[in-house]
Amino acid sequence: MKIIACIKQVPDSEAKVKAEGGTVSWGDAPLVINPFDEYAVEGALQQREAVSGSTVTALCIGPESAKEALKHALAMGADEAILVSDPALNELDTVGAARVLAAAIQKIGGVDMVLFGRQTLDTGSGVTAAQTARVLGWSMLGLVGQIKVDGGNVSVERVIEEGRQSVKANLPTVISVVQSIGEPRYPSFMGIRKASKATIPVWSLSDLGISAPAPSVTRSELLNPPARAMAIEIITGDSPEAIAEILVEKILAEKVL
Amino acid sequence: MKTFVYIDHFKGGAQPAAWEALGLAKSFGSAIALVFGSNVDDVIKNAFEYGADEVLLADDSALTDYRAETYASTLTALASSLSPNLILFPTTTRTREFAAMSALDLNSNVITDATAVEVNGSSVVVTRPIYEAKLFEKVTCSSTPQFITIRGRAFPKPEQQAGRSGTITKVEAKTDSLSTVEGYSVAEVGVSLNDAGVIVSGGRGVSNNPSLQAPAGLDDKQAEIWKAHQGFTLIGDLASTLGGAVGASRAAVDAGYIPYSNQVGQTGKVVAPDLYIACGISGAIQHLAGIRSAKMVVAINKDADAPIFKQARFGVVGDLFVIVPALNEAFKRKLGK
Repeated sequence: MKIIACIKQVPDSEAKVKAEGGTVSWGDAPLVINPFDEYAVEGALQQREAVSGSTVTALCIGPESAKEALKHALAMGADEAILVSDPALNELDTVGAARVLAAAIQKIGGVDMVLFGRQTLDTGSGVTAAQTARVLGWSMLGLVGQIKVDGGNVSVERVIEEGRQSVKANLPTVISVVQSIGEPRYPSFMGIRKASKATIPVWSLSDLGISAPAPSVTRSELLNPPARAMAIEIITGDSPEAIAEILVEKILAEKVL
Repeated sequence: MKTFVYIDHFKGGAQPAAWEALGLAKSFGSAIALVFGSNVDDVIKNAFEYGADEVLLADDSALTDYRAETYASTLTALASSLSPNLILFPTTTRTREFAAMSALDLNSNVITDATAVEVNGSSVVVTRPIYEAKLFEKVTCSSTPQFITIRGRAFPKPEQQAGRSGTITKVEAKTDSLSTVEGYSVAEVGVSLNDAGVIVSGGRGVSNNPSLQAPAGLDDKQAEIWKAHQGFTLIGDLASTLGGAVGASRAAVDAGYIPYSNQVGQTGKVVAPDLYIACGISGAIQHLAGIRSAKMVVAINKDADAPIFKQARFGVVGDLFVIVPALNEAFKRKLGK
């Protein structure tokens, strides 16, 4: 199988993200591979192991610096990586990202399975996988915790609010994965060495033969969350029971329940 | 403003946030509810009672099971013939997917997880959390129809008006699918974190009960997890007294104490309960962002310097293993349970 893992680079989850002068600032926090996308790479590597002769390509839209996120995927074990980068891509919405990814997937050619993480930590809509599937005209299998390929078919278990749904589809397909796919493997020493030497091709929009998709969703304002004037009150008492008694009375008095 | 509201349901049980979406639609004028599936009489009845002025029903056995392509194409067909300005959805695993696909079909796009929606004439401005709720953005969509999925508990639930009814109009179902549903294993899910009015959460601290002795024959890691399960039992008891859900910090999930579906914050969930009780949670930045929409936070922690206290209304510096059971007993008494 030819497997693609779509990834994105985002500020680390520990970053103190703030709105500063109408833009997003994360200070000196590092940019990392989106944590959910590590599961997509893990799922892709599992499928390569399950179906002999398979390859895994990590695919990313982003600036030159996003090569670091692709190198993480290579260090985990991906066979190759491709960066789509173009100054015209600064204002992509999710539909735009889906159109660009679909064009890159078509250019790669002969792809059987495209994996995504469930959402990104930055703008986090969690819809790009479904929209990419729609552009390609392939089946969309969302929020998948288990994948089994048998010839030209794929059976998955989707994790939904109410439990698990078993679904079958033909390849090619687009799958978004959830954490029960398995913990992402750590990059090996050999993997890190290989990744540091890898040359990552950069494709521009003209390489893909498309123009920049105009966004229909645009941001008009960026807000820090409302500051909460938090008057903490520490409850003390002679015994746990006494503390509990006071605490329950205070909670009930504020009528939040 | 011609507003459609998609009533998301699973086997005839509607998502509570669907009624919140109906209430929001009514605040802009009238609301037309969309119901897809078969055997959905209860969903339709409730849609009218929660304020729908009309129901558009795509009733077809091919829509009994949710599949991305059938639902997206059904929505695309009816939206392109009826031209609504706005389609609202509760945010669920299903709507996030097929609303996004249908929006693409119609050269529009979807805005997910709305926490506020302002309508001024034909302009719709949506507020939504980004960067794990560390920030919020206001966004607009320049195409119609506008597709907006709303976050659960972000908008008031309208009063149910028993006996209210209206016209049901059948619409065409699109049945071409690229996948087949083979079956379900329906989990024993308690109250979901998204809908919970009360969440009681545990952190790494739940495994540190010094007075517990793990059964013989367990290795260190197994003993730690065994202890954590005892701790989460106390937390679960308190949650059940309050009719709430059990949450967990990333540290507790990473340590294998509890499934990641219980995780709050970070790569987990942003929640908006009325009351959030954090037990043995120190308060990593992403956890604090994840609980920012809680109306009241109560923190119980041994460490008086734990960051969680900065976001709490009430705090107890102490041992959760004695405080939580005492709290459970006190709530039972006061609430008459």
